[in-house]
Amino acid sequence: MTVLPPSPWQTIPARVRAITPEVPDVTTYDLELPGADYAFRPGQFNMLYLAGVGEVAISISSDPATPQQLRHTIRAVGNVTRALTRLTAGDTLGLRGPFGTAWPVEAVRGHDIVIVAGGLGLAPLRPAIYHLIRHRPDYGRIAVLYGARTPADLLYAHEYDWWQAADIDVQLTVDVGTPTWRGAIGFVTTLLAQQPLEPARTVVFTCGPEVMMRFVATGAVNRGVAAERIFVSLERNMNCAVALCGHCQFGPSFVCQDGPVFAYANVRRLLLVENL
Amino acid sequence: MTPAPPPGPPWWMKKPALQTLIDRLRADGYEVLGPRMADGAITLAPLTNLAHLPRGVRDDQQPGRYRLTMADDGGYFDHVVGPHSLKPLVFPPRTTVLEVLRVRDGWEYRTPEPPQPKRAILGVRACDLHALAIQDRVFLGGAYRDPEYAARRAGLFLIAVNCSRSAPTCFCASMNTGPAVRGGADLILTELTDGFLGVAGSDRAAPYLAAVGERPASPEEQAEAAAIPQRAAAQQTRRIDPTTVHDTLMNNLEHRRWADVAKRCLSCANCTMVCPTCFCSTVNDVSDLVGTHTRRQRVWESCFNEEHSHTAGGPVHPTTKSRYRQWLTHKLATWIDQFGTSGCVGCGRCITWCPVGIDITEEVAAMEGGRV
Ligand code: SF4
Ligand code: SF4
Repeated sequence: MTVLPPSPWQTIPARVRAITPEVPDVTTYDLELPGADYAFRPGQFNMLYLAGVGEVAISISSDPATPQQLRHTIRAVGNVTRALTRLTAGDTLGLRGPFGTAWPVEAVRGHDIVIVAGGLGLAPLRPAIYHLIRHRPDYGRIAVLYGARTPADLLYAHEYDWWQAADIDVQLTVDVGTPTWRGAIGFVTTLLAQQPLEPARTVVFTCGPEVMMRFVATGAVNRGVAAERIFVSLERNMNCAVALCGHCQFGPSFVCQDGPVFAYANVRRLLLVENL
Repeated sequence: MTPAPPPGPPWWMKKPALQTLIDRLRADGYEVLGPRMADGAITLAPLTNLAHLPRGVRDDQQPGRYRLTMADDGGYFDHVVGPHSLKPLVFPPRTTVLEVLRVRDGWEYRTPEPPQPKRAILGVRACDLHALAIQDRVFLGGAYRDPEYAARRAGLFLIAVNCSRSAPTCFCASMNTGPAVRGGADLILTELTDGFLGVAGSDRAAPYLAAVGERPASPEEQAEAAAIPQRAAAQQTRRIDPTTVHDTLMNNLEHRRWADVAKRCLSCANCTMVCPTCFCSTVNDVSDLVGTHTRRQRVWESCFNEEHSHTAGGPVHPTTKSRYRQWLTHKLATWIDQFGTSGCVGCGRCITWCPVGIDITEEVAAMEGGRV
């Protein structure tokens, strides 16, 4: 008799420990996986499942050193993410994961790290930030350049002081200011342009809308950073998360398997083609 | 995968011996499927009797056109490929990948036991054997494998037939996938004027060949059999150069031909449904009325549907142009990057079954700055 491979759609139960509103429409769900042997790397994602509603790919936004305290920061925009808002602590949902490639935090030890995020794009970068803080002496200068629509949309604002205290240069910008806002107004790319950097020892991690990442990557390349040391996290439709359903293709890549984190050098040409 | 031939010498058998073969396979627990006429087409359907085969039927295939003609005499396998391939047998159009049951403190997630039907397929063509080998790589060659595909695939007994003619839409010769069967089957038949030549393609074939083979084939019969697929190959007029098509397409992602074909394409997805290698799918939830039992159902999906590329920021492929480009570049170019093989076997189904007769060989030629 043929020995069959394990099903990639097998789902495990996850219990909601806490639900924390972050910014308008954005909520963080703390999950625990009773009895599961689970580890992830920064930048990876899980498939979260609600019975009768469906599944959605959500990046992990918590510390990879404590995988038992798994966090997902989610914007309520689709069927499943809206249904998630009806959960309360103690409820369970289904989970498959982790999937995908990671920010290469180990490989870039000894480098200066510039993290550039837009909006919810900060969520998949937070595990990398936690890793860098935990291993702070292993890295050179670290900057987090972060842009959101308004000051009220700045994610994880209560953590910035702590990041600064760990010797991370945190720079913020918003599209639309408020009377009390004293930070920058404008694109996150401007923050990058103003950032002092030594191109030869700099690595860039960026996540946000695709246009933003394109501008960030070109900006960094123009400053002399090699495209091989710029990393982007792409969003595509992830349905199976295991390179079997075909939805997330991007040229030669399955974003669920070969991404979401890509070296810009490997995707630069195709990113410039509209609607690819 | 089915091991390569040839364990044995070619045998000659009488045409009625095919009935013996069908009976033997059925006695061994196989459901036998083969070409049968239904709704004006040659389909792949269960059969128990030689009389079920479309003897003397030929298919006239042109871009956007399929017609059957009959002759009183003629062979059992004078037709070529119809709209059905092996794909639905190993990758069903609808299946359940997960059962979700309400339990006291939440949900239980259960993977259903995949069915393992034993099926013998009579009359499989070279292109479709290649398509199956490609699907093996897609569903079983990666880090995550599809257990249902594995189960269904293991139960297949493949009886191939060398094509005796090609349709105008066939271009397997240029893709190096046919018309001669070179492996991937358990038993390989060639239909001669008054009998069949049979060669074992795997060890599993030996007892069947022993039961139906009358005598070793003569050198003349072997020569006659070898010439048959060669004749079919010589009839082919369409072609794609598999050694250059990857770069032709990937270096022309902004070619104006994409906008041109988008004006003709209806984005109906027919081509992806009939293609023997297209594997896109979507998993949806189907719940009972009280919500205590949900089935996660996987159904065929197509890159021609807008939802296929849906993201929170809108579809990645919002236009027919971007979708047609996704289909063609995947089939003929990026598939090679992903799986080390083309996603096209030159079966011509997408040409025949396209309601507006779009011909992928012509679209590729246009990108080469060739015919159009
Ligand atoms: S792309 Fe067309 S010719 Fe090629 S295998 Fe698919 S259906 Fe056949
Ligand atoms: S190429 Fe033809 S079959 Fe394919 S989607 Fe367009 S109109 Fe439909």
